[in-house]
Amino acid sequence: MLAALVLVFREVLEAGLIIGVVLAASRGVIGRGGAVSLGVVAGIAGSAVVAFFAAGISNAFDGRGHEIFIAAILLFAVVMLAWHVVWMAQHAREMTQQLRQLGNDVTAGRRSLFALGAAVAIAVMREGSEVVLFMTGIVMGGTETAGQLLIGSVIGLALGAAVSMVLYFGLAAIPLKRMFSVTGVLVTLLAAGLAASAVAQLSSAGLLNVLDTPVWDTSWLLSEKSWFGQILHILIGYMAKPTGMQLIAYGITAGTIFLLGFIVRTPATRPAVSSR
Amino acid sequence: MGTSFSSRIGARFRAFISALAVAAIAVGGAWIGASEVQAAEEHAIEISIKDHKFEPDSLKLPAGKPIKITVKNLDATPEEFESYELGFEKIIAGNSSAIIRLKPLKPGTYMFFGEFHQDSALGHIVVE
Repeated sequence: MLAALVLVFREVLEAGLIIGVVLAASRGVIGRGGAVSLGVVAGIAGSAVVAFFAAGISNAFDGRGHEIFIAAILLFAVVMLAWHVVWMAQHAREMTQQLRQLGNDVTAGRRSLFALGAAVAIAVMREGSEVVLFMTGIVMGGTETAGQLLIGSVIGLALGAAVSMVLYFGLAAIPLKRMFSVTGVLVTLLAAGLAASAVAQLSSAGLLNVLDTPVWDTSWLLSEKSWFGQILHILIGYMAKPTGMQLIAYGITAGTIFLLGFIVRTPATRPAVSSR
Repeated sequence: MGTSFSSRIGARFRAFISALAVAAIAVGGAWIGASEVQAAEEHAIEISIKDHKFEPDSLKLPAGKPIKITVKNLDATPEEFESYELGFEKIIAGNSSAIIRLKPLKPGTYMFFGEFHQDSALGHIVVE
C-alpha cells in the first residue's frame, strides 16, 4: 500500500506543482479557473487515451515512439508556457494595478487562457497516463492486496493535490508587487527544465547524439531521485547529471523567454490603467 | 487611450510569434547534428518479465558499445522498466514489448527495477 501511495503521490505532485506555479502566475486573469479545470479534465481524458494506446505508441518508429511522443508534448508545453510568460510580462503592470482596485474587474487575460489550459492539460496527461496504467494494472492483477493498493493510490492522489495547493498558496502570499516577477521567473525555469527533459528523451531514443555525455555529476550532493531533488527537478529543472545538449536547451529556452518578456514589457513611463 | 487598438493586437501577435520562435529554436537546437545510431553497431539483448520478475535478472554487457534492450512483458499487467543509474524509465503495457536504447557504457554494475513491483522486479547489468 505504501509503495502505491508513494508512486501515485510522486506523479500527482509532478503535475500538481506545475499547475500550482501556472495558477499563481496567472492570478487576476479572468476565467483562469475554468481554463485550468478544463485543462485538468482534458489531461485526465488524454491520460486514459495515452494509457490505452501505450503499447502502440511505444512500438512506433522502431521502438522510439514513446520518447518522440513525450518530447513532442514537452516541446508543445514549452511553447505554451513561453507564450504565457511573455503575455504576462506584457500585461503584468495593468493587472497588478487592477488587482489592487476594489471590484477587481480585470479585463485583461483571455488571450493566454488557451496557453494556460493547454500547459495544464499536458502536465496532467503526461503524469496521469502513468497513474492510469499503474491502477489498471492493480485492478487487472486482481490480487488480494488490490483493495489496499487502490486505497494507497487514492491517499497518494489526495496528498499530491494537498502539497500542490500548499505551494500555490505559498506563491499567492507573495506581495502583488513582486508576485508576477517571481512567478514569471518560476514558469520560465519550469519551461527550460521541460525543454531539457525533451532533449533527454530524444537522446535516449538515439535521435540526438551530440554533446550527450554528462558535463558534471552532483548526485552526491543532491540526487535527482531524492524528494528535494525531485521537487527541484520539476520546478526549476534541476539535473544531477546534465548533458551538454541539455544545458544548451535549458539556457537557450530560459534566455529566449527572458529576452522576449523584456522586449514586450509595458514601458514604465506609460500609465496602463488610468488612461482608460 | 494610452495604447491604440492596432498596437495592442500587434503586441499579442508579437507575444505569440515570440513563443513560436522559442519552439523553433528549441527544436532546431535539438536537431542540430542529430543522427541515428547505426543498427549494426548496437549490441542487442532481450529481457522478459514474468510474474513481476526479470528473466534474466543478471546480464553481462560489453563496455563502449551502444546497447539495445528489448523488454518483453509476459504479464497481463503493465510494468515500468526503470534504472536510476542508467537514466531511463519506460512503461511497458501488459503482454507487449518495448525497446530501450543505451549510450555506450563504462565498466561497472548498474541496477534496474520494475517500478510497479519494486519488491520482486529487480535486476542488474554488469558491464565489462
